[in-house]
Amino acid sequence: MSRRLRLALLAPALLGLGGLFAWAIAGLPKFGDYRGPYGYVLNQMVVPLRHSTNVVMGTTFDVRGLDTMGEEFILYAAVVGVTLLLRDESGAGRVERRTRRARSDTVRLIGVLMIGVGLLVGLWLVAFGYITPGGGFPGGVVLAGAILVLYLVGSHRDYAPFRSEHALDPFEGLGAGGYVITGLAALALGLQFLTNLFGYGKAGTLLSAGSIGILNAASAIAVTVAMLLLFAEFLETYVAPLEPEDVGS
Amino acid sequence: MVFSTLVPLQAVAFVLVALGAPLVVLTRDPLRQALVNGVYGITLVLLFVVLQAPDPALSMLVVSGIAYPLVILAAVARVRGERRRPEETKDE
Repeated sequence: MSRRLRLALLAPALLGLGGLFAWAIAGLPKFGDYRGPYGYVLNQMVVPLRHSTNVVMGTTFDVRGLDTMGEEFILYAAVVGVTLLLRDESGAGRVERRTRRARSDTVRLIGVLMIGVGLLVGLWLVAFGYITPGGGFPGGVVLAGAILVLYLVGSHRDYAPFRSEHALDPFEGLGAGGYVITGLAALALGLQFLTNLFGYGKAGTLLSAGSIGILNAASAIAVTVAMLLLFAEFLETYVAPLEPEDVGS
Repeated sequence: MVFSTLVPLQAVAFVLVALGAPLVVLTRDPLRQALVNGVYGITLVLLFVVLQAPDPALSMLVVSGIAYPLVILAAVARVRGERRRPEETKDE
């Protein structure tokens, strides 16, 4: 098909699509117009009923707790998939990859400061997730990112504990399993799966929101370790050996 | 019309996002694309903040700032490393 013919076909098609698109846009409700009652119900309900001042977290970990469990296992499945895809069974006798630490003292110092600040921000995001915006997912990724800075300024060997599956797997199990067990605990007490236990405490404090805090912590562990496992697989697979190990360090 | 209720600040954030997305697509070099994508992620974070959605903003921030660039950078490092490897002895 010649270029001219293709353009001739494209023009009316684009025109038709453009017209329909403009028609659809013109018929949309005004920007910011919200018609679903669900959000209003949650806004009214979550703080008084669950004492979780972050309504988003009250929703994800309580009202729709089962959905969040599914999401957590999506991440889990993604990590399993990446691991299975990238696993290189042939490299049994492979030598340990070696990299050198960042040479500049300034870079190393800034890196160490970044690790400290990153860990603090991550822990804060996790701990106060059900009080202020944050929570297990962003907090977990920040924690994993802070740990990854150790790889950037340190050597491959310095990073060893955080890419060892034997060290990471139990924590991934704890995070993913902790969520399910919290749900099953309610079931064992004769309540519905993932019913909020432990009392709701005083809103706006760390001792509030009942099970939400535990589910939040469990998902934070699961997300942190899942990211670390992902990083470990990518580093192992992709990062080519750079330099002789830790010369002069 | 749909946009009559759009606050100017929101309009600015939307325009930034609309400008950022094609920039990511039009950047051909993967390494540069990872950086441009990070900047695009920041415009999305800005949009979420302007729309008063702090939780998605935080999630977007960590995904576009930490998780995604790492995957791209690792892949780029791998490809460049393999390309460099035959002549690697020369560099040292």
